[in-house]
Amino acid sequence: MAWVDAVATDDIDTDDVIRWDHAGRTFALYRTEDDTFFASDGLCTHEQVHLSGGLLMGHLIECPKHNGRFDIRDGAPKRAPVCVALRTYPVKIEGGRLFVDLPA
Amino acid sequence: MIDILAPLKFKPSRNYSLTGPERQRALDDGMVNATWYQTPIERKVLKDLMKRRDGPALRDTAIWLGLLVATGAGGIYFWGGWWALPFFVVYGVLYGTSSDSRWHESLHGTAFKTDWMNDWLYNLASFMQIWNPVIWRWSHMRHHTDTTVVGRDPEIGTMRPPQMILMALNIIGLTSVPRNLMTLTRHALGRFTPDERDFTPQNELPKAARVARIHIAIHLMVWLSCLYWWTLLPALLIGLPRAYGVWFLLPIGLPQHAGLAEDVLDHRLNSRTILLPLPVRFIYWNMNYHVEHHMFPMVPYHALPRLHEAVKHDCPKAMGWWRTWTVLLPVMIRQVRDQTHYIHQKLPPGAGAPHFGPRAVH
Repeated sequence: MAWVDAVATDDIDTDDVIRWDHAGRTFALYRTEDDTFFASDGLCTHEQVHLSGGLLMGHLIECPKHNGRFDIRDGAPKRAPVCVALRTYPVKIEGGRLFVDLPA
Repeated sequence: MIDILAPLKFKPSRNYSLTGPERQRALDDGMVNATWYQTPIERKVLKDLMKRRDGPALRDTAIWLGLLVATGAGGIYFWGGWWALPFFVVYGVLYGTSSDSRWHESLHGTAFKTDWMNDWLYNLASFMQIWNPVIWRWSHMRHHTDTTVVGRDPEIGTMRPPQMILMALNIIGLTSVPRNLMTLTRHALGRFTPDERDFTPQNELPKAARVARIHIAIHLMVWLSCLYWWTLLPALLIGLPRAYGVWFLLPIGLPQHAGLAEDVLDHRLNSRTILLPLPVRFIYWNMNYHVEHHMFPMVPYHALPRLHEAVKHDCPKAMGWWRTWTVLLPVMIRQVRDQTHYIHQKLPPGAGAPHFGPRAVH
């Protein structure tokens, strides 16, 4: 695993999600209402829709197309039609930047 | 020998099956699970539009169920006299037509903020529509993934050529109700078509069979009570309204996709928004804003008028009900003979370029 400098924390609004592309892959970066950050794969495991277009509700991210939901803390599927968990990644903040721990 | 049933036999110009050659063609052409056009909307605005609330749907559901109870009670009270008729006309529309939009909106999980309320309404409205809630959930997911992509979308309502006679019969549910009941019975017996198996996960099928058995059991109890008390009244209240009350759905629901392009990746080209007055929009829960709904399916019905305002500069000009049908009906009649004909939706000046997808000719 390797820490990768992703974005400035201010790039993500509170209670929101953004898309972040890195090394040919796409990720979703989250900032909850209580200012906690999370990272996951960017595409829904159901039909590969970008989760960055979805609504963040507490710790649940909703797929913008089919209403499937994941818990962003562990990627667990929480509402049909998703049934395969979303991969999540550790994050840390240093100097106002969000770092994501990605497989090397 | 003349086949008098010929007009009733469906002979589609293309193979609309989900397991036939069109499926592979759609896959090969990159039409499956593709990226669709979306009108750019500022993220803050879209987030606000997608926000869930319980209030509007609680209010509307209370009015809807209240009207069902009131008109149903009126029908029972005046049963045997002509005064029962207007009560059953209204009851039928609230049951046979409105439950379609309630089913739809709760399926998307957007009607209410609270999930169990969506699930509760979804199961009730599915029963009223005589639809298997498990199968239709997955069918509709596919409809949104691959809208009117032939060989993929199980909900193409107006396959070419349009079946005008069947549609006319369906004004009072003469084809849809027997078909829905037969489908439910087949599910109750644990039998599923290859198409249903294509879009429904295998592990959901036992649940679909269980739910179908419960629904069939309720319908049987209704008809047994009719026989026991020797009156049609129980069936007029449960089940039959899907037939005698669905007439209102056809003129407002059919234009969603009818007469428009197949195999494009732009909802502005294959879906249609029509403008309806408020009482009709209450019955239809704003599903007349159909381009908007497909483009942003997670926007609740009560926010669709606002979404319409936000994207209308980028979409074909929406028309009223009458004007829509004066354009649509001649196209459907022509499609009976010419299945290549369809309406090329015109985008307003300055709109985003149409996204035809991999198939420029369709």
